Amino acid sequence: MVLDSKTPTGPLETRWTSHKGHIQLIGPINKRKYHVIVVGTGLAGASAASTLAELGYRVTVVTFHDSPRRAHSVAAQGGINAAKNYQNDGDSVFRLFYDTIKGGDFRARESNVYRLAEVSANIIDQAVAQGVPFAREYGGTLANRTFGGVLVSRTFYARGQTGQQLLYGAVAGLMRQVDTGQVKLLPFKDMLDVITVDGEARGIVMRDLLDGKIEALTGDAVVLATGGYSNAFFLSTNAMKSNVTATWRAHKKGAFFANPCFTQIHPTCIPVHGDLQSKLTLMSESLRNDGRVWVPRKKDDKRAPNDIPDADRYYYLEEKYPTFGNMVPRDVASRNAKYVCDQGMGVGASGYAVYLDFRDAIARLGRQAISAKYGNLFEMYEKIAGEDPYKVPMRIYPAPHYTMGGLWVDYDLMSNMPGLFVLGEANFSDHGANRLGASALMQGLADGYFVIPYTIGPYLSARGPGKGITNDHPEAKKAVQDAVDKTKRLLSLNGKRSVDSFHRAVGMKMLDKCGMSRSAAGLTETIAFIREQRAEFWENVSIIPKDGDTANQELEKAHRVADFLEFNELMCQDALARNESCGGHFREEYQTPEGEAQRDDENYCHVAAWEHRGVGEAPTLHKEPLTFEAVKLSQRSYK
Amino acid sequence: MSDTINVTLEVWRQPGAKAQGRFERYEMNGVSTHASFLEMLDGLNEKLINEGKEPIAFEHDCREGICGSCGFVINGQAHGPDRGTTVCQLHMRRFKSGTHLVLEPWRAKAFPVVRDLMVDRTSFDKIQAAGGYNGVNVGNAPDANAILVGKEAAGEAFDAAACIGCGACVAACKNASAMLFTSAKVGHFAMLPQGQPERYRRVARMFDEMEAQGFGACSWTQECEAACPKGISVKWISRGKRDYLKAKLVKDSGQSSDDGFAG
Repeated sequence: MVLDSKTPTGPLETRWTSHKGHIQLIGPINKRKYHVIVVGTGLAGASAASTLAELGYRVTVVTFHDSPRRAHSVAAQGGINAAKNYQNDGDSVFRLFYDTIKGGDFRARESNVYRLAEVSANIIDQAVAQGVPFAREYGGTLANRTFGGVLVSRTFYARGQTGQQLLYGAVAGLMRQVDTGQVKLLPFKDMLDVITVDGEARGIVMRDLLDGKIEALTGDAVVLATGGYSNAFFLSTNAMKSNVTATWRAHKKGAFFANPCFTQIHPTCIPVHGDLQSKLTLMSESLRNDGRVWVPRKKDDKRAPNDIPDADRYYYLEEKYPTFGNMVPRDVASRNAKYVCDQGMGVGASGYAVYLDFRDAIARLGRQAISAKYGNLFEMYEKIAGEDPYKVPMRIYPAPHYTMGGLWVDYDLMSNMPGLFVLGEANFSDHGANRLGASALMQGLADGYFVIPYTIGPYLSARGPGKGITNDHPEAKKAVQDAVDKTKRLLSLNGKRSVDSFHRAVGMKMLDKCGMSRSAAGLTETIAFIREQRAEFWENVSIIPKDGDTANQELEKAHRVADFLEFNELMCQDALARNESCGGHFREEYQTPEGEAQRDDENYCHVAAWEHRGVGEAPTLHKEPLTFEAVKLSQRSYK
Repeated sequence: MSDTINVTLEVWRQPGAKAQGRFERYEMNGVSTHASFLEMLDGLNEKLINEGKEPIAFEHDCREGICGSCGFVINGQAHGPDRGTTVCQLHMRRFKSGTHLVLEPWRAKAFPVVRDLMVDRTSFDKIQAAGGYNGVNVGNAPDANAILVGKEAAGEAFDAAACIGCGACVAACKNASAMLFTSAKVGHFAMLPQGQPERYRRVARMFDEMEAQGFGACSWTQECEAACPKGISVKWISRGKRDYLKAKLVKDSGQSSDDGFAG
């Protein structure tokens, strides 16, 4: 089948305006006749739900948290990009577009990325109006900083808690609609399935996390804003509950999964401390503005970092990439950290860490200036690592952080399953094979505030109001029964191993073989291992308590891990099928003589969208070719 | 680097909201001092599961101190002994070997226990849904630099907006008051020019809703500030109460443009 991205034609600069101008509108009287279900309350979900409600749609929002404010967008630290050119440094919509396309190693759709750059400025306006306390200059104007992979200052921030403040802004907007009654908020609900009728999304199945009740929620359209799947690696910077369940179950019902192997390993995270490690903590990329990355030049140099003179320090990013220095994109920074550690130059107990050193910045700007910029990050580091980063360099190492892959969507953010829309990190659309820093918040909010409120209209108006199903529909009842049966089956297993032990075993294998560097042999071996663990899971997992009708955190986890045990196989298969290196997808077999990612534009300049054929069956690959008109495909260079 | 300690835990176990609770004792030996407090509990839960026993339910998610999911009382202190620290950021290097730790859930009428150390805090969102926002639709916003906000005012607004809604302030308060949480929300908006149009209406509704949700009144013991992992100051309570008084005294409270708060 041919995947139709429904991308508008004409000059790149006018596509979005022209598309919006020709969209079929729904009158205010009719909007209230449509019921839209939004799953997830992160930046994308909260902004979409409140904006759709402002327009007059009836909206129900589902979250597995007790409160929408807990969605993992809350943890984003560094900032949000916008082509405001407030710094007068030559920034423009085109430059943000170009940086994002290039940063993604030419594996994203031009039209989508241009639209993202275009609406970026509106996001900042909206957030300020909501009361988001961005950093300011003394004169009262907004402050900016620089992020990796770019040469302008276009990142807006609120100390090291930008995601938190943007989320609270979006959630306040959402609570306003709860207040007016236009949004119904359902906390403590875990989505377990999509309900489809004749291949179209008509609702979801959800389980109440307090009383265990499994029921249907039906409507005219379903919007998934359920985040990414970095927890496929067990250890990641994602929150403990972040999972692939919503998108994976939609995939099993027919939605295509695009580029699952495009994952981002963030270069600056606190290294692993030991066997009890449950997650990894990121240190914002903004730290690389002032921190210098280095390792000892000599292998196994056991001297304390401050005793190592400059001559014996290898500032490898500054030496290899003089133009961008420490501010190279994330995939490049991560790969180089792994490389120097593999060479035996790593530091710390495990040898898998590099230094991020603020000595020179403190000498240049003073401790106070550094504290004003990064105070909370330094505190967080000290709490976790037990060392004072004002005195000794931070030790950092890359960790899984973000997933560029996700459900395939067209220009209107609708998946190939009619009625199923996918926003934010849950879709695949804008970041190609590598995401630039401060672009995730931008995309989540662009999708929610400025894209879906327009693009959901044509689907709804074409169907007409009052076409939704009720919970008595046979398809709704069947989907509920399937979820009930699966839950019962999980609880009936009387095995010996904890849910976490399966997650950890498979995740750590993924990190080793499908993480920063991948090979055909390693991927093949991993697929076999996943299958083996999956089979064992369904015989030997132990879930206690055995009650399905109370709060049961082990059961929640079991549903999620069962899905990772299926999804991870698809990730490996995608990585295996993409015989090139691009962005965060680095196949050892395909590299330039300097060890950089070697793309194959002739054979792999496409989106890989996978169709489910059954668990353990080979999925079918559909390709959406990527065409570039405004930018020229080139080997990325940050030297 | 391989320092380990032994700790004794007494943990509140309660299978459901209506069920009777009790303390149970557990020994955890050989805990790495680099582990976080919650990772120590993960280790205990793994051990319990392997013994065929029920693991301890506790809320947690980001484990970076920002989502506000985690929180319980350790030896009488909300989030444990370290100031400005959520329980997920508390590390075992803080404790000596042989330490006795008593773990209890937040105890407040408005936070019913769900299971073990997990409570239901949805009452916080009822407070926020009573006006805790700026009433601005998407599409109406002027250029961001058209609204000038001084660096200090923006910084102060941020200090209030940093509240993560964990509930430690309620747990620490002898009246189980949500005054710090509610005042921080009110104060964030009241600090900014964008928040002025709804300033008095907002504080009146949110304070009244707090009471309606079953939280107690504030009697100014300031335990809340001491327990707050984000260091939210009780000054927000003073400011909030002042605004509340004005809101109730001024007849047309929704229209008042008094800017004494920001000054």
